[in-house]
Amino acid sequence: MTEVTLLDAINMGLCWEMSADPSVVVLGEDIGLNGGVFRATDGLQEKFGQQRVIDTPLSETLIAGMSIGMAAEGLKPVAEIQFMGFIYSTIDQIISHASRLRNRTRGRLSCPLVLRAPFGGGIHAPEHHSESTEALFAHIPGLRVVIPSSPGRAYGLLLAAIRDPDPVIFLEPKRIYRLVKQDIEDNGEALPLDVCFVLREGSDVTLVSWGAMIHETMTAAEQLSASGINAEVIDLATIKPLDINTILESVSKTGRCVIIHEAARTCGVGAEIAAQLAEQGLMSLFAPIERVTGYDTIMPLFNLEKEYMPSVERIIAAVERTLEDL
Amino acid sequence: MLNQQAKVLISGQQNIQLQVQEYSRLVTHFDIQYHQMIDYQGNPVVSPLPAIATDRDQLIQLYQAMLKTRLFDKKAISLQRRGQLGTYASSLGQEAIGVAIGSIMKDEDVLFPAYREYAAQFLRGVKMSEILLYWGGNEQGMNFQGPQRDFPICVPIASQAPHAVGVAYAMQLRGEKRVAVCVLGDGATSKGDFYEAINAAGTWDLPVVFIINNNRLAISLPQNKQTRAQTLAQKAIAAGIAGEQVDGNDVLALYIRIEQAIDNARRGAGPTVIEALTYRLCDHTTADDASRYRSEKELQENWLYEPIKRFNLYLTQMGYWSDKDEEKLITQCKGEVESAVDEYLHTPDQASESMFDYLYATLPSSMEQQRDAVMGKETLK
Ligand SMILES: Cc1ncc(C[n+]2csc(CCOP(=O)(O)OP(=O)(O)O)c2C)c(N)n1
Repeated sequence: MTEVTLLDAINMGLCWEMSADPSVVVLGEDIGLNGGVFRATDGLQEKFGQQRVIDTPLSETLIAGMSIGMAAEGLKPVAEIQFMGFIYSTIDQIISHASRLRNRTRGRLSCPLVLRAPFGGGIHAPEHHSESTEALFAHIPGLRVVIPSSPGRAYGLLLAAIRDPDPVIFLEPKRIYRLVKQDIEDNGEALPLDVCFVLREGSDVTLVSWGAMIHETMTAAEQLSASGINAEVIDLATIKPLDINTILESVSKTGRCVIIHEAARTCGVGAEIAAQLAEQGLMSLFAPIERVTGYDTIMPLFNLEKEYMPSVERIIAAVERTLEDL
Repeated sequence: MLNQQAKVLISGQQNIQLQVQEYSRLVTHFDIQYHQMIDYQGNPVVSPLPAIATDRDQLIQLYQAMLKTRLFDKKAISLQRRGQLGTYASSLGQEAIGVAIGSIMKDEDVLFPAYREYAAQFLRGVKMSEILLYWGGNEQGMNFQGPQRDFPICVPIASQAPHAVGVAYAMQLRGEKRVAVCVLGDGATSKGDFYEAINAAGTWDLPVVFIINNNRLAISLPQNKQTRAQTLAQKAIAAGIAGEQVDGNDVLALYIRIEQAIDNARRGAGPTVIEALTYRLCDHTTADDASRYRSEKELQENWLYEPIKRFNLYLTQMGYWSDKDEEKLITQCKGEVESAVDEYLHTPDQASESMFDYLYATLPSSMEQQRDAVMGKETLK
């Protein structure tokens, strides 16, 4: 057991899989010699060489596109996009090719790649460095979208993502990269890619969140428990495919649901969860579903970012609204 | 001019003379070569010609592949006109490029076509019926039974170029002597994907060859509105890799130059961009009407230079080819095309639920309900 941060866990996962599977290659901007701007790939080039830990030109379209070629040719590329704000020029490659190569060739070729990107706000970063646009990818058939929220889940989900035979968008909540440490076993064990994680059991309200917002959500749950409200907390973790069953089960017990995400509200992943709950779980609900989200605004520069991001107070207020009819 | 500006800028400083000299000097310069072997009347323009120019069997194979592609093309258009095929992109006039590529590539190489490279695909073992299935709306047409690792036709312009880089990287990493060959249109060279790909290919000296089918039009846009660059080949220079022009209607010149480029790539001597100058004698696709933007005069002039007639003249002059040979070949090719059409028309449609079959390696359980609904097993909740 080692006590590590989420960032360390990513590095450990990459290191494990590169040792175990010679077809795994890591590529991106400044990821080799420099070990990545957050150091997620620190030491990998020294260990595995320049051919497998590849410093690419400043070329996001290329990074995504060449990963597709590598994957089709039997490698397992794990590409880093330095910040989610620069992922948009990969979207054509991801939507037009990665997500559908298997389908278009009726299984003749496939695309087992991982596109990693640090995402989310709250670290006083410059413009374009605080995006949470996971819903863009969650909308795309053929992709998986995964977001870890703890060192243990980062390690296990990353291993699963690399081993998965299909393309995975792996978004890392950079605000909590170094926030907490956790004892994890570096044993190469992967976690499943299609179930939510119940982080806290409770009977009064279900809180669903993912990424860095899990932190505020857990804090809110603890504060609520002091006033006698038992919140169940679910980490969605695999944004696509979405495990609605775990959420439905929880809501059938609690009758209330609050969804918390940092991304903008309209057409966010919260909307999809709410829609599925309305379709399949309406009869268990005692109160309208609540969403606590970023606003439908551009992520502001950092002086205002606290205003933008869902806070513990906003989460508690939403929970209290769901309890009002009691 | 530059020197004068420099003088103004630095006036008042000492050592004016020296600094003016430093300000403007030639750092490096580049040339772009154009290659041709047979002119449009079938006459050799170089001597001696390379060995292949007198290898009757090989020449006839090239000729046959061009002719077959043209007859296939004609048939595909007529199927489309009769409502038996969807929109189709013809390769009329550009057959020599695909034939040269397909004749030189080895089985283990990987082709990244755009959508006019049928000639290359056929030579690599893609079936004519597979191409018809593709344009006929059946995805099974991309599940090539022949070249298993070749990429399918690529519609988003230039987006296949980075894929070729990735495949070439994998080949190089494993120390394989294989080559990736990527074909693009002239319009594609304006896209970032192309620039990013050639730049990276140069960075790592990858075993990849980019071949530009410069058919002078990107739908309606002529080359002079696509770019101010005098040649497309020179774009390679900025990427630090080899770039050259070839007469894209001269199958022999194409053969020699592409062979050289593929050889270079295979032995680790780096990537090449080849700009093949040809002309699109067809509409952009069957959904297009080129008379809206191209004059009949320009079209007729370009028929003069097309690749098949010129090669026929050469073969005839060399005493390798007769009218009787031609007649026999046409009959044979037509027979092949007809049986491909037959196979195409008798291929069963994909089942409705097949749209779920290859979405993921294993369908996520959350999607099973949608699949069942398509199969009529269940209504979608
Ligand atoms: C990225 C992209 N933009 C636009 C289109 C629509 N489109 C299809 S073909 C074409 C022109 C392509 O020209 P060129 O690359 O010269 O190839 P050609 O068709 O002449 O062979 C355009 C604009 C497309 N398929 N992909």
